[in-house]
Amino acid sequence: MKILTPLTQDQLKSLKAGDLVYITGTIYTARDAAHKKMVDMINNNQPLPIPIKDSIIYYVGPTPAKPNEPIGSCGPTTSYRMDPFLEPLLKLGLRGSIGKGARSENIKELLNKYNSVYFQAIGGTAAYLSKFVKSSKLIAFPELQSEAIRELTVEDFPVFVTYDIYGNDLIKDEINKYKK
Amino acid sequence: MRKLEKMKVIESVKRLCLDANFTLNGNILKKISSFKHTEESPIGKKILSQIEENSSIANTEKKPLCQDTGLVVVFLEMGKVIVDFDIYDAINEGVRRAYKEGYLRNSTLKHPLNRENTGDNTPAVVHTKLINADHIKITVAPKGGGSENMSRLKMLTPAEGYQGVKDFVLETVTIAEGKTCPPIIVGVGIGGNFEKSAILAKEALMRDIDDSSNDEIAKKLEKELLTEINNIGIGPMGFGGSTTALAVKVNTYPCHIAALPVAVNLQCHSARHKSVIL
Ligand code: SF4
Repeated sequence: MKILTPLTQDQLKSLKAGDLVYITGTIYTARDAAHKKMVDMINNNQPLPIPIKDSIIYYVGPTPAKPNEPIGSCGPTTSYRMDPFLEPLLKLGLRGSIGKGARSENIKELLNKYNSVYFQAIGGTAAYLSKFVKSSKLIAFPELQSEAIRELTVEDFPVFVTYDIYGNDLIKDEINKYKK
Repeated sequence: MRKLEKMKVIESVKRLCLDANFTLNGNILKKISSFKHTEESPIGKKILSQIEENSSIANTEKKPLCQDTGLVVVFLEMGKVIVDFDIYDAINEGVRRAYKEGYLRNSTLKHPLNRENTGDNTPAVVHTKLINADHIKITVAPKGGGSENMSRLKMLTPAEGYQGVKDFVLETVTIAEGKTCPPIIVGVGIGGNFEKSAILAKEALMRDIDDSSNDEIAKKLEKELLTEINNIGIGPMGFGGSTTALAVKVNTYPCHIAALPVAVNLQCHSARHKSVIL
C-alpha cells in the first residue's frame, strides 16, 4: 500500500498491523539527542524546529553522504530509547514514527489514545534503504552531527505497520505464530 | 627480530575498517541464504532477501552495510616483532582515516556521561594478547550499539550448571527480541572470572561462522542452543519466524571452584569483522 505525507486521518484508519507500506513525501529524522532537545524545548514553551502535526519522525542517524549522493546509509535505530519522549510529541499531533524493535508496554495505549502509528523499517539494511531517499536537508542541531534533525524527501520508502491505532501488535502476533 | 612499520599498521587498520563496513563475509552471506530456504515466515523470508540485497548494494557501491558503523573493537595479537612506536596511536590513526575517508558515521563519545562526540570515531577498544609467532595479527570488528546493548553477563552459582547457562542464554535472546537485528550470532563466554567471561564471549563472535567448538561440552551447548533459540519464534528482525540465530559460539576457560560466570554477547546480522597478518 502506498501512503503520502502528511498523514490524513483516513490514511491512519486504513493502516493495519502487518501491512507493508510505501511512504512518499517528507519525513523528519531524530534520535536520542534530538528528542531530548525537542522535549526540553516543549517544556520551556519554545517553538520546535519542525512541524510535528501530521508528521512522521524516523529514528535514524545516517552515515555522512558522499559528495554526489543525497544521504549515506540510513537504517532505523532501536525505538524503545525514544519511548520516554514520545507522549509530548503525540500531544502535538505526531502521526507516525519509524524505527526498529518492540517498544514499552504503554506505547500501544498512547498510540491508540493520540491516533498515531508505529512503523518498522528493516534494521541493518541501511544501504538498501538509502535508495528510497531522494533528498536530505539539515534542519536543526547541526552540532549533533549524525543525530541532527534532517528533512528527508522519500519515495516509496518501505516500512511495516507494527502498532496500528487499534492497539494491534505485529510483533506479538507473529512471534506467537512461530513459537515452538 | 623484524621491525614493524608504523605506516603498515595505520594502512591495514584503515583498510580493515573500510572492508568490514562495506562487505559482509561470504560465509555469513551463505548462512543467511541457506536459512532463507528454511525460514517459515513469509515476512521473514522477505527480510532475509532484503538483507542479501543490502549487502550486494553496500559491496558494489562501497556504502556502509549499516548506518551504525560501530565502536571499533580491535583484537591485537602480538608476536615477536620490534615495535618502536605507539601501536595504539597507530591503530587509532587507521580508524580516524577510515571513518573520514570512507564517509563512515562517528559513533564514539568522549565521556559516557557528557555524551560529546569525539568527531573521528576514536578511540578503538583494543584487546592485546601476546602470541608465540613471528607476526602480528590484527582483527577489526566495528560493533553496533543495538546488539551490544542487549548483551548480558551473570555470575551463576556452580549448582546452576549446564541448564543454568542455557536458561540464561535463552532469556537474554528472548529479552532482546528484535532489538538486536536478528538473525543474530550468539557469543557465549563461560568461565574465567567476571571480565574474562565477557572477553570470551566477544572472542567467540570472531570465530568462523561454520566451525564448532573442539570442546565436547561446548559443542553440545552450541548445537542445542541454536535449535532452542530458533524455536523461540523471534525470527528475522523480530517479525516472527524460524531464523532468530545463524549460529551459537561457546568459548570456555577454567574458573574458580565457587564460580560460574556466563557472558552473552549478541551480534546482529551485520556481523562485521576482518583480519590481517603483518
Ligand atoms: S544492531 Fe547491527 S544491524 Fe542493527 S542497527 Fe545496530 S549495527 Fe546495524
